[in-house]
Amino acid sequence: MALELDSITVRYGQTAAVSDVSLSVADGEVVALLGPSGCGKSTLLRAVAGLEKPSSGAVRWDSADLAGVPVHRREFGLVFQDGQLFPHRSVAGNVAFGLRMRGVDREERDKRVLSLLELVGLEGYADRRVTQLSGGEQQRVALARALAPSPRLLLLDEPLSALDRALREQLAVDLARLLREAATTALVVTHDHDEAFTLADRVAIMSRGRIVQVGPPAEVWSSPVDVETAKFLGCNKFVPGSFVGLDVERVGLRATALRVDDSGPLEGSVLERVHRRDHVRLLVEIDGEEYEAVGPMTEVGDRVRLEIDLDGVARIG
Amino acid sequence: MGRAVAQARAGLSTTRFAGARAGWSAAALLPLAFLGLFFAWPVLAIVSLGLREGGVISALFAGETWELVGFTLGQAAASTLVAVVAGLPVAFVLARCRLRGLGVIRAAVMVPFVLPTVVVGLAFRTFWPDGGVLPIVLANAFFNVAVVARTVGGLWAHTDRRAEDAARALGASRPRAFLSVVLPALAPAIGSAAAVVFLFCATSFGVVLVLGGSRYRTLETEIYLRTVELFDLSGAAALSLLQFAAVLAVLVLGGVARRRRETALSLRGREELARRPSGGEWYVVFAAFAVVAALLTPVIGLITRSLSTRDGWSFAGYAALATRGDRGTLAVTGLDAAVNSVRTAFDATVVALVVGVFSAVVLVGLRRAGGRIAEVLDTALMLPLGVSAVTVGFGYLVTMDALPGDFRTSPLLVPLAQALVVTPLIVRMVLPVLRAVDERLRQAAATLGASPFRVWREVDLPLAGRSLAAAAGFGYVVALGEFGATSFLARPDAPTLPVVIARLMSRPGELNSQMAYAACALLMVVTIGCVLLIERLRVPSSGEF
Repeated sequence: MALELDSITVRYGQTAAVSDVSLSVADGEVVALLGPSGCGKSTLLRAVAGLEKPSSGAVRWDSADLAGVPVHRREFGLVFQDGQLFPHRSVAGNVAFGLRMRGVDREERDKRVLSLLELVGLEGYADRRVTQLSGGEQQRVALARALAPSPRLLLLDEPLSALDRALREQLAVDLARLLREAATTALVVTHDHDEAFTLADRVAIMSRGRIVQVGPPAEVWSSPVDVETAKFLGCNKFVPGSFVGLDVERVGLRATALRVDDSGPLEGSVLERVHRRDHVRLLVEIDGEEYEAVGPMTEVGDRVRLEIDLDGVARIG
Repeated sequence: MGRAVAQARAGLSTTRFAGARAGWSAAALLPLAFLGLFFAWPVLAIVSLGLREGGVISALFAGETWELVGFTLGQAAASTLVAVVAGLPVAFVLARCRLRGLGVIRAAVMVPFVLPTVVVGLAFRTFWPDGGVLPIVLANAFFNVAVVARTVGGLWAHTDRRAEDAARALGASRPRAFLSVVLPALAPAIGSAAAVVFLFCATSFGVVLVLGGSRYRTLETEIYLRTVELFDLSGAAALSLLQFAAVLAVLVLGGVARRRRETALSLRGREELARRPSGGEWYVVFAAFAVVAALLTPVIGLITRSLSTRDGWSFAGYAALATRGDRGTLAVTGLDAAVNSVRTAFDATVVALVVGVFSAVVLVGLRRAGGRIAEVLDTALMLPLGVSAVTVGFGYLVTMDALPGDFRTSPLLVPLAQALVVTPLIVRMVLPVLRAVDERLRQAAATLGASPFRVWREVDLPLAGRSLAAAAGFGYVVALGEFGATSFLARPDAPTLPVVIARLMSRPGELNSQMAYAACALLMVVTIGCVLLIERLRVPSSGEF
C-alpha cells in the first residue's frame, strides 16, 4: 500500500472535523473522497498533505510514518479548487516552480515544462501571464505545476468545482485520462458524484467526519450503505424493495427509476409537470404517494402506467 | 456541522498551531526587544527622572498645565475637523471618479504629508509672518488631509456602489443617500483616520514650535521648552506622562476602529469600476480641486519666497548654502548638512526596514497562528508615533551611555531615533499587502517543495516587493524631515537640514532667513521627487497612509 491512513482524527477544539478515519490508496490508484460540504473531506486531505496536524492517528507512506516530515519534504502534489497560481510568474514559471525547488537544472526543467504543457493541452502557453488565462486554463496549469516534479501522490481538492458546468464535464474526462496515462496515485476530494465516479477507481463516502462506505463507483452507486448516503447519491424517494420487485428491505428511487410505459406494472395519475434542468418530469400519484417519473408530455389528471428502470434504483445496505 | 467546524476553526485554531505559535511568539520578542531598548527604556528613564525629583503632582495640578492640555486638545480637534472636511471630497474623487489627472491629485495630496514639519512651518510663515492659532490649525490639517483621503478613499473604493443606487431608487435624494447609506459605511474608516490625525496633530512639534513660538504652546513644545530651556525635568516628566496616557487612549480607540474596518472590508467584494462624475457630483469634484489648490499654495509660496529678496529675484539664498550662514551661524556649511541628512536618513531607513518588515512578517504569522501577542506587538509598534519625540531624544541622552562604548556619541544615535519614528509607518504599509496574500498560495509553494524561508522569498517577497520599495522611499522621506528627536540628538558639527533650517530661522540676518528658505525649497523638491517615485510603485489603495 502506498498511502495508508490509520485512525486519523483532526480536532478543532472540541469539534472533531475528522474522526477515526482509516483508508489506504494503492500504487497507481485514484481514490475519491466524496461527501457534502463540511463533512471533513478537505481537512483530511490537508492532513495528508501535512498542512493540518492530526490530533491522533498516523499518515504513512510505504509503511513510514510521515508525522515528522514537513509539507515541503513530503513530495505530494496539491491542486486547489481555484488554482492558486503564482500571479507574479508566467505559465512556464509556475510549472517549473517545483522543479526549481528540487534543484533540477535549467535545460531539463524547460523540457519537462514543455512536455507537461503538452500533456494538459496548453502548448504555446509557456510565456503567457497566468492572470490572462481562463478558469479552465488556470486549472490545467495548476495541474501541470503539481505534476511537474513527479509527486509520489497527487492531492486534488475540489479540482473542478470552480468551473462552469460544461467545462467541468469536459475537464473531468480529460483529467481521468491524464491520471490513468501517467499512472498517478491520487486522492481527490469532491462533493460532485459525477466527478468522483468519472475520476476514481474507488470512492470513499464521507459524512460528519467519518468514512461510511468505500468501494468501486458502480457498487457505491447501486448499493449505498444507508439512507443518508443514498440521498446524497440522488435518491429522493425510499420504498420497501417489494415495491419494485426486489428482495431487499429498502430501496431508494432516483428520478429516472419510473418511466411511463403502457405495459408497466404500476398505475397512477399525473399530478403535475415539473421542469427540471434539461428535461420535463412528471409528478405521479400512486396509492396516495407522490413519485417522480420520466415520461412524454401528458395532461394533468391522466391515468398512466409505469415501468421500473432498475438503473435508477439503489439497494440500501 | 459545517458551521460548527467553521466556528471552531475561527476560534480555536490555537490548539492546531500551538507549536507554530510558540515559534512566532519567540520571533515577536525581537522587535519587542528593539522597542524596549530604544524606546521604552529611554522614555521610562525620563519619566522616572522626573518622578524622582518630585513636583510631578504639583505640576499636574497647576492651572497652567490644564490650559496647555486644553490648547493641545483644542487645536488638535480643530485641525482634525478641518482635515476630515477637506479630505472627504478628495477621498470621493480618488475612490469613485474616472477623471484625467487623477494621479496628479493623488500625488499632490500625498506631498504635504511627508513634507518636513519645519518646512511646512516656514511655508505658513510666508503668509502669517507672526504665526498664531489659525496657521497652526491650518498647517496641522495641511499635513493630514492625505491620511483622511487615503484611508477613507481606500474603504470607499471597496464599498459596494449598489447600496447607494438602491437607496436612490427608493427615492432618496443624493445628499440623503450619502447621509443614510454611504456615511455609515465609511464611518469606521473616518473614525480610524480621525484618530490617527488627532494623534499626529496633538503631538505635532515642528509646526507648533515655528508658528507658535513661546506664545502658543502645546504639551509637545512645552516638554521641549521645559527640558531644553528651563531644565524643569519634573514638569516635563509630568507632561510626558499626561501625553502618554492620552496617546494610549487614542491608539486603543483607533485600534478598535481599525479592526472593524478590516472585518468590514473582508465582507465586501472587489473594487468596482469608477465612473465619470455626473450632476451634483461635480460640486464635490470642484471642492476636491479647491482642496488640492489650497494644499499647493504654501508649497508655491515657499519657492517664491526662497527666490525673492529685498532687491528683487535672486538665487542668493541658494548660493549661501555653500557657506556657514551670516557671520558663522552654523558650525558646518549648508551642503555638509545636506550630505549628512542624506546619509543619516539612509541609515535610518535601513534600520526601520529591517525592524518593520520583520515585524510585519511576524504579525502575519501570529495572526495566522492565533494568540494575543499579535495585538500587543501591533499596538507597541504604533506607540512611538504618539510619544513625544523630544522625550525620546532626551531619554537617549540619559540612557545610551549605559550601552557598550558610550552610545551617545555614536553616529548611529540619530538614525536609530529616526528609525523609531519611521518603523510604524513601514509596518502599516507592508502589513496589509502581506495579509492579502492568500495563505493557500504559500501552501501551494510548500507542497511543491519550498521550505518556509523559500516560501517567503518566492511568494511573499515578490508579491509585496513594490509596496516594500514604496515603504522604503516613504520611510526615507520621513526620516529626512524628522525634526523632534533629531533636533535634540544631532551634534552641532553634524546637523541635518531641518536642524540647520530651524537654527537659521532663530538667528537674525536677511541672508540667514534667505538661506533657510532655500534649504526648505531644496528639501521640498527632494521630498516631492521621492513621493512621485513612490506613487509609481504603489499598489492601488493598499496601506493606510
